[in-house]
Amino acid sequence: MHKATHFFTSSIGKKVIMAVTGLILIGFVIGHLIGNLQIFAAPEVINSYAHFLQSMGPGLWAVRLFLLAALVLHVWAAVQLTIENRKARPRGYDYDHTIQASYASRTMRWSGFIVLAFLLFHLAHFTVRIGPYDKYNEMTATITHQGQQIEVLDVHSMMVIGFQSPLVSLFYIVAIGLLSIHLSHGIASMFQSVGLLTNRWRNGLANAAIAISVLYFIGNALIPLSVLFGWVDIQNPSLIASL
Amino acid sequence: MKVRLKVWRQKNEQSEGGFQTYDTPELNPNMSFLEMLDVINEELTEKGEEPIAFDHDCREGICGTCSLTINGKPHGPHRGVATCQTYMRSFHDGETITVEPFRANPFPVIRDLIVNRAAFDKIIQAGGFISVRTGSAPDANNLPVSKEVAELAMDAAACIGCGACVAACKNASAMLFVAAKSSQLNLLPQGKPEKDSRVLALVKTMDEAGFGNCTNQYECSAVCPKLISEDFIARFNRDYIAAGFRSKFSSASSVSAGS
Ligand code: HEM
Ligand code: FES
Repeated sequence: MHKATHFFTSSIGKKVIMAVTGLILIGFVIGHLIGNLQIFAAPEVINSYAHFLQSMGPGLWAVRLFLLAALVLHVWAAVQLTIENRKARPRGYDYDHTIQASYASRTMRWSGFIVLAFLLFHLAHFTVRIGPYDKYNEMTATITHQGQQIEVLDVHSMMVIGFQSPLVSLFYIVAIGLLSIHLSHGIASMFQSVGLLTNRWRNGLANAAIAISVLYFIGNALIPLSVLFGWVDIQNPSLIASL
Repeated sequence: MKVRLKVWRQKNEQSEGGFQTYDTPELNPNMSFLEMLDVINEELTEKGEEPIAFDHDCREGICGTCSLTINGKPHGPHRGVATCQTYMRSFHDGETITVEPFRANPFPVIRDLIVNRAAFDKIIQAGGFISVRTGSAPDANNLPVSKEVAELAMDAAACIGCGACVAACKNASAMLFVAAKSSQLNLLPQGKPEKDSRVLALVKTMDEAGFGNCTNQYECSAVCPKLISEDFIARFNRDYIAAGFRSKFSSASSVSAGS
């Protein structure tokens, strides 16, 4: 009899896992970008948004665990598939030749793993705020919440200070670039993996995937670049006074 | 014209193998690639050397026996053309041409440029058939098939099983072959009853044979001498997901018929 485990460990089953977890992660990174673009509004806007997320409590943890599970499965399937693919061709061709496979599709493992490395740094930097980034926890700002003035974490200043380091900004932009390249193949690929793609819209989807990836890159790169060029600056009076 | 060949030579499955270079005598540009190898082999035989072993049969692009990876591309430079119908006029005078066997773990090299493609036979034995009672021919038009469906099934059935898709795939995946063999039957009324069991058995056998996993780059359809479309791979993925679901949730799916 055919067991559920067989389905998800089969070649196609693992591709389905890649596609579904990839879709979840895409949903997250696009939502995350839209949230982050609030940096271009008044500091209260993004600080209130961050406070709203923080105050979700168990809901926030449910989402975090869900995303973590998706990421773990995505990477697990990527590793398994890669090992099997290497084994399927122990000796390659002397004359290397590619007909139509895109650069993005041939570098999915590299782009994926570098994005994973960036992700660990990114979480330590802005989410957990450990080590040298512990100081972010002391930065607070006031927001108006349900008619009351409350003190919350100053996420606006945290992002500005974070990206004022050219090295951090560079790593961020490179990682976003690689993720965009990853997505330019991934967005089209996932539809094929779950069998929803047909030749009628294959080229259309491939172009749409590239367009989405380019927009995604521009949107994200704008944040550190705006900080580096001074278009977005610290607005917290107490932080300015202490500088 | 003359060319220089850099050819993979390997005594048997166990031996190491390596490249050897041969300069051809004057060739007629309208010779096929295989005829050019015949010419070299005649020379080698006259010199008392072992001729280059390569697979071929019909030499008219229909049997799927010829193979060869020519300058990194299975079946040579053209789209939709098998090695046996590739002509020397497609190369430059004096060109160095690299000729390698199809490379994939499930396709071990038996000798020189010949690989054992029996893994494909195993796949066909697992699901490339329909179970029917033989007997007198059914009445014509007893089983209506629309023109669109008939043509689509014929597109899939054009597969000659040469294995170029595996050879070209960056992951040595057999998905294009398996998807074509599956779709040609699943699309037609005669193939429908065993659809789910067929799809499940095909994937299981393909995985066990050690083929890689598709990463949706479509190098396969680009080298296919019959230009089988990657659309059949999407269809096969869809059929596999549906079969997986049905085998779990339905007590009387067609799965029970086959496995
Ligand atoms: C936020 C992060 C990520 C997003 C949004 C994302 C998205 C995607 C999507 C949509 C796909 C296509 C699925 C398919 O082909 O059906 C994919 C494939 C893939 N991803 Fe990711 N991914 C992310 C992170 C990673 C990481 C960290 C790795 C590294 C291990 C990775 C490795 C891969 C690999 C190897 C593939 C398969 C490529 C292929 O089949 O051609 N991804 N990803
Ligand atoms: S020899 Fe038959 S297809 Fe080439």
